[in-house]
Parts: sequence; C-alpha cells; structure tokens
Amino acid sequence: MTATIVKFYQTGTHTVGNRLLDPEHRSVQADMRRTNSLNSGHRACQGCGEALGARYAIDAAMQATDNQLIAANATGCLEVFSTPYPETSWQIPWIHSLFGNTAAVATGIAAALRVKGRTEVRVVAQGGDGGTTDIGFGCLSGMFERNDDVLYICYDNEAYMNTGVQRSSATPGAARTATTPAVGAAPGNVFGQGKNLPLIAMAHEIPYVATAIVSELRDLEAKVKRAMEIRGARYIHIFVPCPLGWGTASNQTIHIARLAKETGVFPVIAAEHGELTKVSKIRKQLPVEDYLKPQRRFAHLFSPTPNLAAIAHIQALADRNIRRFGLIDAAPVGAAAGAGDN
Amino acid sequence: MLKQCEGSHAVAATVALCRPEVICAYPISPQTHIVEGLSEMVRDGTLQNCEFINVESEFAAMSVAIGSSATGARSYTATASQGLLFMAEAVWNASGLGLPIVMTLANRAIGAPINIWNDHTDAMSMRDAGWLQLFAENNQEAADLHIQAFRLAEELSLPIMVCMDGFILTHAYEGVDIPTQAQVDAYLPPYEPRQVLDPREPVSIGAMVGPEAFTEVRYLAHAKQMQALKLIPQLAEEFQAQFGRDSGGLIRTYRTEDAETVVVALGSVLGTIKNTIDDLREEGRKIGVLGITSFRPFPTAAIGEAVRYCERVVVVEKSFAVGVGGIVSRDVRTAMREHPHPIYAVIAGLGGRAITKDSLRQLFLTVMDDKLEALTFLDLDWNAVNRELERERITRRSGPIAENLLRDLGVVAARVG
Repeated sequence: MTATIVKFYQTGTHTVGNRLLDPEHRSVQADMRRTNSLNSGHRACQGCGEALGARYAIDAAMQATDNQLIAANATGCLEVFSTPYPETSWQIPWIHSLFGNTAAVATGIAAALRVKGRTEVRVVAQGGDGGTTDIGFGCLSGMFERNDDVLYICYDNEAYMNTGVQRSSATPGAARTATTPAVGAAPGNVFGQGKNLPLIAMAHEIPYVATAIVSELRDLEAKVKRAMEIRGARYIHIFVPCPLGWGTASNQTIHIARLAKETGVFPVIAAEHGELTKVSKIRKQLPVEDYLKPQRRFAHLFSPTPNLAAIAHIQALADRNIRRFGLIDAAPVGAAAGAGDN
Repeated sequence: MLKQCEGSHAVAATVALCRPEVICAYPISPQTHIVEGLSEMVRDGTLQNCEFINVESEFAAMSVAIGSSATGARSYTATASQGLLFMAEAVWNASGLGLPIVMTLANRAIGAPINIWNDHTDAMSMRDAGWLQLFAENNQEAADLHIQAFRLAEELSLPIMVCMDGFILTHAYEGVDIPTQAQVDAYLPPYEPRQVLDPREPVSIGAMVGPEAFTEVRYLAHAKQMQALKLIPQLAEEFQAQFGRDSGGLIRTYRTEDAETVVVALGSVLGTIKNTIDDLREEGRKIGVLGITSFRPFPTAAIGEAVRYCERVVVVEKSFAVGVGGIVSRDVRTAMREHPHPIYAVIAGLGGRAITKDSLRQLFLTVMDDKLEALTFLDLDWNAVNRELERERITRRSGPIAENLLRDLGVVAARVG
C-alpha cells in the first residue's frame, strides 16, 4: 500500500501519536506482542535511564529477529540490578561473564551459532560506559576489527555508577564524580580527556554505528531495527541519564536526555561503514546551562560563583558537535564568535 | 599411525580429531605452532565445522571460548606463561561457570625478567583456579591427554588445562601415534552441554550469587574435582582399550615397589629422572620415581599409598612459591599425613635451565644420605647470588638485578645447564 507519512504532534511536544501511524511505524513498546525481555520487578533506581534504554533496545532487537536473540552482558548496573539469582528479569538467553570481556564473549556466541548453522539466532552484547570505553575497550575493538556478527550496545551514563559514581573515560569535563570531586582549583573532571567511542567505532569502518538517546525512543528502536538488518559488527551508543550519579530528579530522566540533544552536548547520529548517514537535527538550540543546571554533578559551575570559563568550554564543545555533525541547519548560538576557535 | 613430528603438530593433529567447533587463539611462544597447525587445518578444510578466530589478546581468547562453550560448541584454545596470566580473570570465570573448555598450556616461565623457556610457574599460578590440570610426560602423552581431556571436561562440565613443557616437548620431534578419526569418534561422543544459551529455552548464566549459596557453589566445584579422581583412571582404562596405549591416569610410578627414596615430579623431566634412577638401581640403590599426571585434582590417596613404605620423598619442582618454598611438595606432604617421612623440595629447571643427569645423580645421592636441606635450588650459582647480595649491601643504587648478574657472568644465553 502506498502511504504518505504524516506526523502528528501533540500540542507543545514533539511526540508523535502512535495510534495514528501505520503499523510498521508504531513503537515496539506499544505492540501487544512486545517481549518484555527485561521484565519488570528488577532493582534499578527510580528513573534509571539505562533500564529504559535497555528495555527498548532489547525488545526492538527481539522484534527484529523474531525473538531469536542471545545477550551477553558486562558487569555493571544493568547486570546487577537485573539478575541476582533466582530473580532474573531477563526473558531471553543471557550470560554475564566479566566486566571487560563482553564483546569477546559475544564473538564466541556468534561463532558457536555459525558453526552450528543457527545463523537465524542473533547476538547482542551490552555494557555501561566503563565496561565499554575503558575496561572492555580492547575486546570491543577486536570484535569491531574482525567484523564479528555482534551488535554491541553501550548504555552511557558517563561514570562508574555501580561502584558509586567514579570517573570513566566517558565522563564529561567538569562533571563531579567520586574520583573527580568538586574541590580545588579545577573542580570536577578534567577537560580535554576522555574518548568519543562512536567516532572510534566509525574509524573501524564497521557496517553500522549509531548514537541514540532515551528521549527519542522511536529513533532508538529504529536504529536497533536497522542494526539487526545488517550482518557484521555494529555499535549503538545510547545516552542514558543516571538520577543517582548525576544528581537529577527521578522524573527528569527524559527531560535531561532531551536537553543533552537540544544543546548539542550529545549528537544523535548514524553511520555506515565509517560514513555519516543520519543526523537527528536540533529543533531549537538551547544554551548548555539549561542542560547543566538541573544536574548536581555540575552544581559547582554555578555556585557559589559561576565558573564562566568552564561553562563556555562546555558550550564550545556543544557548538563543535553542532558544526561537526551539522546538527542544525542555521548557525549555532554564539557561532559568530566561536566558529573556528577549537 | 606412527608419525615423526613436532610435539606441537602432534597436539594440533590430535585436537583436530577431537572435532573442536570453535578455536580461538592469540600467539605466544612456545604455543604458536599448535594454533598455527590448527589454523591451517581449518583453512585447507582438513578440519571442518570449526571456526578459527584470531583474537586480540589471551583475555579475549578465553572470553571467546566462554561465549562459544556456553552456546554449546566444543571450544579449544592454547596459551603459555604471560598469556595465561593475562587471561587469568577469564580462566577463573570459565571454571566458575562450569564450561568444559580444553586449553593446552605450553609451560613457560613467567617474568620479569622476561624468559621464554620452560618451567611450570605458569601452570602453578593457576593451580587454584578450578581447572583440572593434566601434565604430559612426552609428546605421545600430550597428544593422548587432549582426547581424554575433552571427554573428561565434558562429562564433568569443568575446563581442563593440558600442560606440556614448552620447547622441551612442543618443539621436540618424536614418533607419535596419531589415532584415526574413527578411533577418536568412538571414544569421544559429541558435546552435550548441561547449560546452553538458546532462545528455545532461555536461561540466565553468570548472575550474582550472594553468601546464601556461594559456599555451596564453590564446594560443588571441589566435589566435581573429587569425582574426577575416580573418572580419570576409568577414562585412561577406556583409552587403553580403544587405542592400545597406557596414557593418562592420576599418577605413574616407576621402580617404586621397594624404593627407600621416591622422587616426585611432573612433566618431561620424568624421562631424565628415570634414566638417572636406572643407573642408580644398577648400583643397587633403592630409588624410584612417581610422576603426577593429574595435578588438579590432586591424587592425595594414590600418592599417599605410593609413598607409604618409602623412607623419604624428594620432589623436583619446576616452580616455587617465593617466600615459602616448594608448591608441589606441600601438596605431596598432605598426601603423607598418615606416614610422614622426610620430604625435600628441590627447585630445578627454572626458566629453561637444563636438568642434567649429572646434577640429578648428585642430588639423589645426597638425599639418600639425608644430607639435603628441606629446600634446595638445583645448580644454583652461589657466586653470582652472593656477588649481587654484596653489591646491594654496599651500594644503594645497585641497578637492575638481572643485568648485574649477566654482566658478572660475562656470557649471554650461552649456558643452559
């Protein structure tokens, strides 16, 4: 059937009405047959972005594979809150081995499925930012380099939340963590360090790399679906606010995620074989203060006296994202002054 | 079929006959020829239905094996020395999860100072990791133990390290009887996992276990190794029936029946020890040797029985616990609780130093006179040691120890004995 795609927005939001879409565009979560792969009753904190992201991602992967899915999970919040025996929340075959080897375990699963001729069964590996950008980085890069048939999903909450909010290589500059406390001459995490894993994944020229955000769950589902249409190494990096670690209200997770995107702090993109294929545009650019202020991990930037230099640095990084990925069609706020500076 | 070949190639050919489904490997001397051989067999189609994966580290090698084994595939890897240490966390994980992975360990020293030659420090570093550890005396046994290891591992759902001395065995050319595929198939049935990742029957593997059950889970790992003490001799018997060769088992004694002195050792040095003992027997000395094939599980009862009527035990060990002394000898001592004879630990062959018949003969003559210290380092160059100790006494910045020793010796890699 030919159909014209019509977007229905609710007043005051950008939320599209699910009921008004044709079935193939409807949310997996709205489907009666959704699998609840990560079932209710687990022990995640209220407002956990990772639990939300994982539920959408894995259910979408399940739908895309006709429920033929195996997951490998790194040590971390997701592993701990979902499983203590005998109360597992996972409705799918699931294995946790170690903190730093999840990509390699997934490679082994994929190899076993291939040798047994069960290529209809697909493999997802998942971990937090620590398990992905730090301790699991070697295994992840190896899995990418070999182009193993694995979708790796990183739930990035920008620190080691499971062990009590310590700094990871995904922690942004100035953020307060337990190991980058908001004290001294340069409070919070150091600027100019850290890794941009989506770009590193793109540099491996693997078939598919995407970023996603829990305020755009349709986009997240679509990216998981796209990833499962492809064979080989795939990577999705999902931005998942952490109320506990970031010092945000539990009911603000979606809002904080949206602000990360609308300020340019977190670019939402997709790339195939190292080339950018999709960019989620910023609808109305907001200053980074709007994103930083609701988070206690950045409170020292505003009180007792505003740290204008640090805020400007974060704004410059957001502006660079906007320029680098073409996140808005018009010139970014402050671009006249800041363009080309960094 | 009897074939003159390198130990590594004998092992590669035999592992291939075991129909491994996933092989993952990272190169480290002296393991390389084994995985090179397997890689070639997968590429040229000799070994079918097998995925060979070149990984980026030993940690990844064991992790891939964990994933593939948990998905029901017969999984194999090989490593040595630093490689075993680098995969250590995954080594413990594989046994904790109860995954029957078989791994060849081409025994090699551990640095620093870096040293590629043979001793048993790598295997001993993982002796408590929950793996079974089988030690081969020669290349035939190295090959045979792999066939038994897959069967044993899969019956118990526990991983097994087959230890063979690096270079001394891996790179030695000997005649090895490589069995036929039909023989191996008759002995080794397809892998039937106790737990498997499969969408048809979803399970969670590797979740957290707290104090309420952790002790029991760990005890069951021990209980399975105790079961292995019964299973290993049974499988060796079946092996003999199928292949016509006596290979494997828990321990192996040689001329111990009336021995007053029993030497205990593991691995290839048993050959030299037997030769030395033959000479001493001709001179009327009552000495024999006990080779430990299964170091984990430790055959406490079998060893206790074998050394029951002797007067003294001397353990020749290619590794030691710094700050304490012998490792194997401490386990042997536990086997002698009922009949506590004197026991001597002799540390020998570290980092590839040759264990010669002359040195062993002198050692055994001394021990038979009960003139040996409880802990001895065979052929230790006391001059070199004392010079360095003196240098450190008089000079604060005395420099790197290894460099000092080699400068004093004035030779580089010219001496192995």
